[in-house]
Amino acid sequence: MSKDKSSIFSPAVSFKNLFKKPETIKVPEENKKTAKRYRGFHINDLDKCIGCGTCSEICDNKAIEMVELENVKTELGQRNERPKIDYGRCCWCGLCVDICTTGSLQFTQDYTYINHDAESFSYIPDNKNINKVESEIGYERDQYSELLDLYRVEMQELNAESRVKSFMEIVKGFSKKQAEKEASRCVECDICTEACPASMNIPEYIRGIYDENLEESLQQIYEDNPLPEVCGRICTHNCESICSIGHRGEAVSIRWLKRYAVDNVDLAEYNKILGTEKIHQVDKKVAIIGAGPAGLSAAHYLKLMGYQITIFEAESKAGGMMRYGIPEYRLPYEKLDKDINYIKNLGVEFKFNTRIGENISLSDIKKDYDAVFAATGLHNGRSTRIPGTENNNVYQAIYLLKQITKGKKIPLTKKIVIIGGGNVAMDIARSLARLQKKKYGQVNVLVTSLETEDIMPADQEEIEEARAEGVDFEPGRGPKEIIVSENGSISQVCTNCCVSVFDEDMNFNPTFDDQDIQNYDCDMVVEAIGQAGDNSYIDDNYDIEYEGPRIKVNDKQQTSLSWLFAGGDIVRGPDVINGIKTGHNAAQGIDYFLKNNQKSS
Amino acid sequence: MDKSKMTEMFFGPNHPGVPGNYGINYFYEGDTVVSAEPNPGHLHRGFEKLMEEREWIKNTPLVCRICVMEPDINEMVYAMGFEAIGKIDIPKRATYIRSIILELARIQAHIFSIGGNCGAIGLYTAMQWGVLTRDYILDLFEEITGGRVYHIYIRPGGVRHDIEDVTLQKILDLLNDLENNRMPEFQKLIFENPIAQKRWKNTAILNQEDALSLGVTGPALRATGLVHDVRKLIPYAAYEQVDFKVPSGQDGDAWTRLKLKKDEIFQSINIIRQLINNIPDGPVSLNLGNALKYKIPNGEAYVKIESSRGEYGYYIVSDGGLKPYRVHVRGTSTPLGLYGVESLLPGCRIEDVPIWAHSLGICPPEFDR
Repeated sequence: MSKDKSSIFSPAVSFKNLFKKPETIKVPEENKKTAKRYRGFHINDLDKCIGCGTCSEICDNKAIEMVELENVKTELGQRNERPKIDYGRCCWCGLCVDICTTGSLQFTQDYTYINHDAESFSYIPDNKNINKVESEIGYERDQYSELLDLYRVEMQELNAESRVKSFMEIVKGFSKKQAEKEASRCVECDICTEACPASMNIPEYIRGIYDENLEESLQQIYEDNPLPEVCGRICTHNCESICSIGHRGEAVSIRWLKRYAVDNVDLAEYNKILGTEKIHQVDKKVAIIGAGPAGLSAAHYLKLMGYQITIFEAESKAGGMMRYGIPEYRLPYEKLDKDINYIKNLGVEFKFNTRIGENISLSDIKKDYDAVFAATGLHNGRSTRIPGTENNNVYQAIYLLKQITKGKKIPLTKKIVIIGGGNVAMDIARSLARLQKKKYGQVNVLVTSLETEDIMPADQEEIEEARAEGVDFEPGRGPKEIIVSENGSISQVCTNCCVSVFDEDMNFNPTFDDQDIQNYDCDMVVEAIGQAGDNSYIDDNYDIEYEGPRIKVNDKQQTSLSWLFAGGDIVRGPDVINGIKTGHNAAQGIDYFLKNNQKSS
Repeated sequence: MDKSKMTEMFFGPNHPGVPGNYGINYFYEGDTVVSAEPNPGHLHRGFEKLMEEREWIKNTPLVCRICVMEPDINEMVYAMGFEAIGKIDIPKRATYIRSIILELARIQAHIFSIGGNCGAIGLYTAMQWGVLTRDYILDLFEEITGGRVYHIYIRPGGVRHDIEDVTLQKILDLLNDLENNRMPEFQKLIFENPIAQKRWKNTAILNQEDALSLGVTGPALRATGLVHDVRKLIPYAAYEQVDFKVPSGQDGDAWTRLKLKKDEIFQSINIIRQLINNIPDGPVSLNLGNALKYKIPNGEAYVKIESSRGEYGYYIVSDGGLKPYRVHVRGTSTPLGLYGVESLLPGCRIEDVPIWAHSLGICPPEFDR
């Protein structure tokens, strides 16, 4: 049946190998060259590595442990931890290299490492290879082996043309699908938590969104932040600036995710979800001066501890700068009200239209309350004091923004110059642009700032959006004089070139070039160069310590007067998230003070 | 059965005649095996249970360890299962590359298996040649994937890297060398060797009825005359785009099985050439997002492919979470390694046991999982 060829001479074919060059390699005289992509041993650029620990997270053999090193950089957004690899466990799969958020981790081409010391196989890779000799880079991540999602889900926004026509909110917010996709990008390294002034549990609430568990997200958010609708819109988002995904791609849209989580939970559900349906009451009273972010935050956390809280507020509504400073197109009032109403529903008492120092004195409050938290904020605009600022058509940005919120008629002309390069300057410029568009059908607002565009304090996106809305920019100009014509109306703003804003010690000390003069036509000028607080309500009866211009506080916001705590913009910031943090701190400090009746440490 | 006349033999797990860490305990009388039972478990690492504890991506470096000789089949079925449940269509170029990798893996597994079979009958020169030839293919794997044995290359969404044209050319060169130089040498040294023929012919016969009742597939089944090949029956990767034959035999003995493996090597060479000549341009992988957060919907899938030893399948269940709910491995050699030993070994001679174990392709980690 079988017709297979066979011959006893056939196997003799092997004899010809006697005359051939051997195909094996004589190690160690001769070494085999590894392939370019070979997964040898790890090397890690210690300066590039931020210690995020994602390599350790994805390691399927638990071979990577993050260990603290002393001689590495630890700027914000970096940890002093670096991966230590146990080659007794490592399987050289290279997932760590594929997912490395900074791209610092790579493989060399080494085939072998030999050492009599077993400990040396647990190794912290650095810029040299494990054999401490020159070795070529082996396996590297490429576009196909990428394991991160580097690009953001695009946020839907109103286009410049339509948004400049009204104060409607620009950012539309994520849909469920978009939010889950965006949430999936997070690697939960927790570096953002370290950068957040309020140390929010960011990875946890993002995880809640990813797991379709918004209740969990809400609980995590309220651990550290009782104003999430606000922060989900206008937070300065330090978290996003240092997000580990941002090193090779675009940072996770942490702010929009927070916004999504709170936007999609009904206020009526809050008490149930947050477990605040019933709060144990404590028979102690705390007064809070100012219903801004710090005051509201302190009120929220103190209320949860059971204290009786009264907030004294000079204006007729709560919110402080969040309501009276930030325009509606960035933070709609209904969203702000949602946050405030939750705090109100907890049982916090508000006394509106009560200005401390005018309607009520600090001594009166001290009589009736066990502790006082002052968070009065910075409500007075600063002036450049250049010639011409005394003119009737020179305004403070803060004043105008407040008038807009209150729905009052504000002065408006066809050509406006804004002096200042911060976010307040952007807010007023864009608000006025909207009003001009409505009244005159066109925008003619010019922003001049000392700083050139690369160092302008305003957010880059604010600058870009303002520009798209028709606002013009002349950065790097110092205001010299407001030229007033004979009939008393403003005709021009005269500026000189600002050569440098800061001196060598990085102190504010601008220098100007008077040869380079530019005049800008206008009929109204708005100053937005910063705000100051008014602490005069702390009258001479009280001997309070200052630290520079700011009230001196300890780490629990306690001033030199043990019953008086201070927070918000008057001690740190100015921004919302620092206000929230100082409010939270103060709540803990006041609790400690009231329980122990002594200075908190 | 009179046990007083019999001697018990512990065959393996350290015996060179045993393929891998696996043992057979048998009783023999004279030099004929009377009864036998498998002794697995030396390699048990709990793969299936481990997979339930790990995120989807973290299983990709694990699954390949279920078969040392041909790890790519595991990567392939795992990725196929993931893609089937997630309804993911991978780029066309990736399917071609997957097929190329799988066929290269088949060639090296067959060569190694032929070498191993020679080792089992004492033909050590051929065994060394088998190892050497396989190493040249491993060099290619190193260049393509970064790993020699465990490639961790085929992953959900496509493959990990593109293959460059230079490398494709190297593959073609290697195939030419294999076809024109090495295979003819194997032919002379092994297949025209009268001693080897005598040893393999009519040894370790598995008939079609037994094969079917046990659930045996691959060359062992095809050697009984039944043409059964998943690549033809349910084409996956790029097998629909290539033209190839499925060799089969009639006798069902070790000799027929080895000849089939040799013929399949030529078919694989043919397949790879067609794939390389027609490989489309384009991306080789989809970005499925952050690997730590892979999530696929609720669902289940049984996916199978043709490995060098037969039908190889994974049954994967997803509960919509970050980790598989259940992964079951249907290893090719499970029927033979566990049940075939008991029913087929009795009656064969002691010196034929290694031939039996090697030629039927028993790979212990497939049932020690």
